[in-house]
Amino acid sequence: MTEGSGEPQGGAPVNQAVALRVQRATLPSRIGLGVGLAAVVVLALGPLWALDSVLRTLISVFTLLALAQMWNLLAGYAGLVSIGQQAYVGLGAYGLLLFADTVGLPLLASVLAAAVVGTLVAVPTALLAFRLRGGYFAIGTWVIAEVYRLVVTNVSQLGGGSGLTLRAASTVNRTTRLYLTYELALVVGVGAVVVTYLLLRRRLGLALTAIRDSEQSAQSLGVPVFRTKFAVYLVAAFGCSLAGAVIYLNLLRVQPEAAFSVNWTAFMIFIVVIGGVGTIEGPIIGTIVFFALQETLSGYGAWYLVLLGAVAVLVTVVARRGLWGLAADRTGWSLFPVQRRLEERW
Amino acid sequence: MTWVNVVVQGLLLGGLYALFAAGLTLMFGVMRLVNLAHGDLSIVAAFVALAIVDAVPVNPLWTLLVVVPLLFGVGYLLQRGLLNFTLRGNDPLPPVLVTFGLSIILQNLLLEVFSADSQGLDAGRIENASIRLSDRLAVGWFPLLTLVTAVGVLVGLQLVLSRTRLGRSFRAVSDDPEAAGLVGLDHRHVFAMATAIALATVAVAGLFLGVRTTFAPSVGPTRLIFGFEAVIIGGLGSIWGTLAGGLVLGVAQTLGAQLSPGWGVLAGHLVFLAVLAFRPTGLLGRAVPA
Repeated sequence: MTEGSGEPQGGAPVNQAVALRVQRATLPSRIGLGVGLAAVVVLALGPLWALDSVLRTLISVFTLLALAQMWNLLAGYAGLVSIGQQAYVGLGAYGLLLFADTVGLPLLASVLAAAVVGTLVAVPTALLAFRLRGGYFAIGTWVIAEVYRLVVTNVSQLGGGSGLTLRAASTVNRTTRLYLTYELALVVGVGAVVVTYLLLRRRLGLALTAIRDSEQSAQSLGVPVFRTKFAVYLVAAFGCSLAGAVIYLNLLRVQPEAAFSVNWTAFMIFIVVIGGVGTIEGPIIGTIVFFALQETLSGYGAWYLVLLGAVAVLVTVVARRGLWGLAADRTGWSLFPVQRRLEERW
Repeated sequence: MTWVNVVVQGLLLGGLYALFAAGLTLMFGVMRLVNLAHGDLSIVAAFVALAIVDAVPVNPLWTLLVVVPLLFGVGYLLQRGLLNFTLRGNDPLPPVLVTFGLSIILQNLLLEVFSADSQGLDAGRIENASIRLSDRLAVGWFPLLTLVTAVGVLVGLQLVLSRTRLGRSFRAVSDDPEAAGLVGLDHRHVFAMATAIALATVAVAGLFLGVRTTFAPSVGPTRLIFGFEAVIIGGLGSIWGTLAGGLVLGVAQTLGAQLSPGWGVLAGHLVFLAVLAFRPTGLLGRAVPA
């Protein structure tokens, strides 16, 4: 996974022939991979060393990382600026409840089934929302998320406006459930990063880059623009529904106002923008900064969101590629190398 | 007769939505900018009016004399000092992110300054006075005033666009900002004038909203969504479409609410989705979708 498709590229222009090869991995990326793997192993052993309260915080860190990475894939790579991803958090939450309590599936299967339902709902959603572009696409997705919230609120079987509690949770021992949810959240968070990375290294990544640079030229070169965006939208819907189900496996109580709240998407946006939109490292950095700020400023109430909003605005205008963009420009580092570079073969 | 009444009330409500949509249409038309803080700015206007009424005992409608110029100025500075910088290049991301960030900032500032309580503006007798057309049908003076104002604002915008020097420069920069620059138009200034006028209409909308119903710091996004739905239902790039869109949305909401109290807003959303599915150019829109 560190090596690119190493076809030798012969023939340097001047007298001395230098063997070149196409390469993606760099020294920082190899070190990053090692450190990342070690961190994942340490985190996976969390139940052995961390307090329950720390595990609970980490569950929200991992799930928020997954949500942010999905939003980054949409907005940063496919140019789909959605303000409606809360639809999938809510659908994941209600899907979990429906499959676990009404159908009676095991919890883990219910989480997966909820994500599948979210992805299925994303199909008609995308067909409608894709008729709008740019800023209007953003509000359009928001309206559709509102539609799902209002429908759920009006269905009394789903508890209406006051919501429902996950009863199936009581069948599992409290500690076991916490550990299960924790490991699941870790898989979802790390999985979101890995899946994004792998997708971008494939044909899809090239197609997305082409579309980002110019939709018309990409189309004229035969890049299937609609299909590519549609695929990314479905992947993001799956990821957000999955994260939503895991979040509510931890919280247990679901209310439509909270589960379909636009704040979910606001947090995704803040994390991605501050960390660096259109980079895989950005959402990771952003999630860490976001939680650090939240812990530090939680006493200041609404001022905290004012500050977060102001930082996001400032970053967008002044440093469009966020904190990671600034760092990468200075150092040339890339921890998740997607670009191909030519290197001399030694 | 009940249904006639429901439709009439819907049309009157639609006037308010058309008022919200007017500014969105103008900004999108001139610079393809969708201002996600549109609704929150209208709530800011309503709270400013509230603060004035608290300090000086006047009818809130008089505060229009202060609030409209104030938001005009805010609009100019906002566009010149911030939003123009998001329009460089063809990237749809920066304008959405910056105006969304602005929306969050405004909501939470209002929350800190005015608390989360619902407020209202009391315009006195006109609020409850109505013209009785029959036993079952009455038209409130204030909703009627709102609808007339909305029509007036839209007609005014249309006249500015088609008849004035400023309108000509709006159309010029909308077609091609660089070519407009070659003939001496500074698109940064023209964009700022468009936002200034848009926010002046937002101030009117916010004030009428505040008199008609209660408002709180968190209700801005709902106003943005209704205005946006009116724009899309009516069709982009059409002033009369915007009015028609507002009226259709208003009627859909009152009819939905008549069927079941929880379904009013949802019925409006469904009409919007139906238009998107079956007539994406909107009822009166041009052939090219946005």
